[in-house]
Amino acid sequence: MSEAVTHRPDAPARAGASGPPAGSRRRRSPIAPAPATPWLFLAPFLVLFGTFVLLPAGFGVWISLHDWDYTFPTHPFVGLSNYQALFDPSSTAGGPFWESMRATGIFTVLSVPLLLVVPLGVALMMNARFPGRNFLRAVYFAPYVLGVAVISVLWRYLLDTNIGLVNHYLGVLGLPDSTAWLTSQPAAWASLVGVTVWWTLGFNAVIYLAALQDISAELYEAAKMDGAGAWQRFRHVTLPGLRPVLMFVTVNTIIMSANMFGQSYLMTDGGPGRSTRTAIMRIAETGLSSFQMGSAAAMSYLLTVVLMALSALVFWLFRDRDAVRPRKKVRS
Amino acid sequence: MTTTYRTRGTRLTAAVAALGVLALGACSGGDAAQQQPAAFSDTYDGPAVTIDYWNGFTGGDGPFMQGLVDQFNAEHENITVKSNTVEWAEFYQKLPAAVTAGEGPDVGVMHVEQLSTNAARSVIDPVDPLLDGIGLTADDFTPAIWDAIEYDGQRYGVPLDVHSLAMYYNTEHFEKAGITEAPTDADSFADALDKLQAAGYEHPFWMPARWPAHLMFLSGQWQGGGEPYATDGSAAQFDSAEGVASLEWMRSIVDDGYSPADVAQDAQYVAFKNGATSITFDGIWQINDLEDSGLPYAAAPVPAVLGEQAVWASSHQFFLAHQNDPDEDKVAASQVFVAWMSEHSGDWAQAGMIPARESVRSSGVLDGTVQQPIADAIDTMRFLPPVPGLGTIQSETLEVAVADGVLGTRPPETALTEESARATSLMEENLARFGG
Repeated sequence: MSEAVTHRPDAPARAGASGPPAGSRRRRSPIAPAPATPWLFLAPFLVLFGTFVLLPAGFGVWISLHDWDYTFPTHPFVGLSNYQALFDPSSTAGGPFWESMRATGIFTVLSVPLLLVVPLGVALMMNARFPGRNFLRAVYFAPYVLGVAVISVLWRYLLDTNIGLVNHYLGVLGLPDSTAWLTSQPAAWASLVGVTVWWTLGFNAVIYLAALQDISAELYEAAKMDGAGAWQRFRHVTLPGLRPVLMFVTVNTIIMSANMFGQSYLMTDGGPGRSTRTAIMRIAETGLSSFQMGSAAAMSYLLTVVLMALSALVFWLFRDRDAVRPRKKVRS
Repeated sequence: MTTTYRTRGTRLTAAVAALGVLALGACSGGDAAQQQPAAFSDTYDGPAVTIDYWNGFTGGDGPFMQGLVDQFNAEHENITVKSNTVEWAEFYQKLPAAVTAGEGPDVGVMHVEQLSTNAARSVIDPVDPLLDGIGLTADDFTPAIWDAIEYDGQRYGVPLDVHSLAMYYNTEHFEKAGITEAPTDADSFADALDKLQAAGYEHPFWMPARWPAHLMFLSGQWQGGGEPYATDGSAAQFDSAEGVASLEWMRSIVDDGYSPADVAQDAQYVAFKNGATSITFDGIWQINDLEDSGLPYAAAPVPAVLGEQAVWASSHQFFLAHQNDPDEDKVAASQVFVAWMSEHSGDWAQAGMIPARESVRSSGVLDGTVQQPIADAIDTMRFLPPVPGLGTIQSETLEVAVADGVLGTRPPETALTEESARATSLMEENLARFGG
């Protein structure tokens, strides 16, 4: 494209030069960058990404194929046997691993819907105009800035069966006040999910809020003109407008929930029994306490594969069904 | 809670920190272990050196340890000891990674039950010449501690102190209930609980499901004459009749109404400090914390509710970290430091601990201290056998069984049988890994 549109101001100065400069080196358009330019811009990120993500991830595959205890002088190659052991429920690695995957699954199934819906409600509320709106926005986001250790220890004491404030106030209100929030099921899941929703809803709400503000007011106006009610406006204007963001929030929330570790580590210590021992907890224990890095790496990759499959499913579910065909036409 | 063991809150940071060191550790691979003990000299007159000293005294014991280190530094011109104190949980993840990467300390302190694990991983070196040099022999220690520091025919730790579980009781509550002497056996303990209840203390003895429940369980099994693990590390036996009896006793405290149900992590200790419960079992390192709280309390040995007097104990041990590339001056200076600390272990009693050496204990340093009655029962203190990797297995199995048993989610016998079988297969794997 460049040659056709180049009208160089210096052209008249070159005697006899009419049309494209024959024989001279190919000139780049002033707007087309040198081939290295994008890479140079990307370099700072790529160096970090390569060093701290790609390289370790690749090295992890290598580790997962070995009996890798870094305090031992040798790391014998064991092929796929770390993976095989995980698929053998009678092995010491397999049974506990799937138990922990199940715990992670339960937590994800319970927390993701709440973390998709509750923040949306909060965001819709925050999007309305009312006095003190900015203050409330800050209040909802506030827990998210606290660390997992802070919120976990805080709630561990609040939720304590015998000395906790939660049971105390339930008693004051005349409600059952002896629920073992952290040491019995299903109360322990309720606690972990509840605390996590309280802690992280601000993040999703902020993203929703930004997306809501992007939806053009004219669309609502037009819908109103056509006689759409509040629910219809939500269903046919708000939700479609949120679709791309909704997809991001869903994938992100699933991954965050599947990586849950700190809350159950600090609040329930994996209990009662092993019921809240999540996959990440199991992986950390295998790798960092038992020093079986090979097995831990294999577990990590299995968890990764599951998460990738889930993400793919979400992408497929959220695909823009109406827009697929027309868009293809435009592109071709 | 800022005590030796109550370090749950920081295990997360520990995991993160360990991940960081991991890359280093994993890459360096580690060369073949040469566990040649270094020769000992009780003085050091070489060039000035700085030695790195790692420990986990983050609680009330920390200032006392730092005081001793400062005193040592003042007395030794050419040796500077630099302390690095991290939480124990983090310590045990960090140390192997650091030593493997050649970034480890020269000298440090760890718990006696960790010695075998770290010896088997070549993280620490044997200290037999050091023990001989200081003149420490079996005569100066109880047989239990002397056996616990040996792994594979060599000794790996220089004992600093012993610290056991103790029974703490609220002296005000005892007075009101008309109990004049601390209970010592099953009958007097049951009697005390009844009197306390009669005096209006509804739940006089909160039974924890988590820490230190497993230590109470172990004490009970030992009292009955059982052994939780085969000493050769081949099998777990905490489902023996004595083990089942121990866990059933713990559960009965809840069933009989002496304890509320579902006591969650640390609640029993908080309740004791608040005066909501009259008796609690906890480590003697809590003494300074209880002193600060102003609670009217006293300490006594854990009563023999299930047979003979016996109680779980651990011990702080000086170790010499394995060096890929040893510096002779530093090794010599480290030994001088350990020898000096062992001599001064009497001062360490102020941190609530019991000096490990008989000669130091009998020198009068414990007179009038809270832990004195417990120190008198030192012959009843029991340690976990020196089996590599046992600590991790125990927290994965025994602790879960005890928690379930106390909470009532599984009957004690079922929980112990299931988890003991699991522990045995993990121990068999470890035996193969560490070459028996």
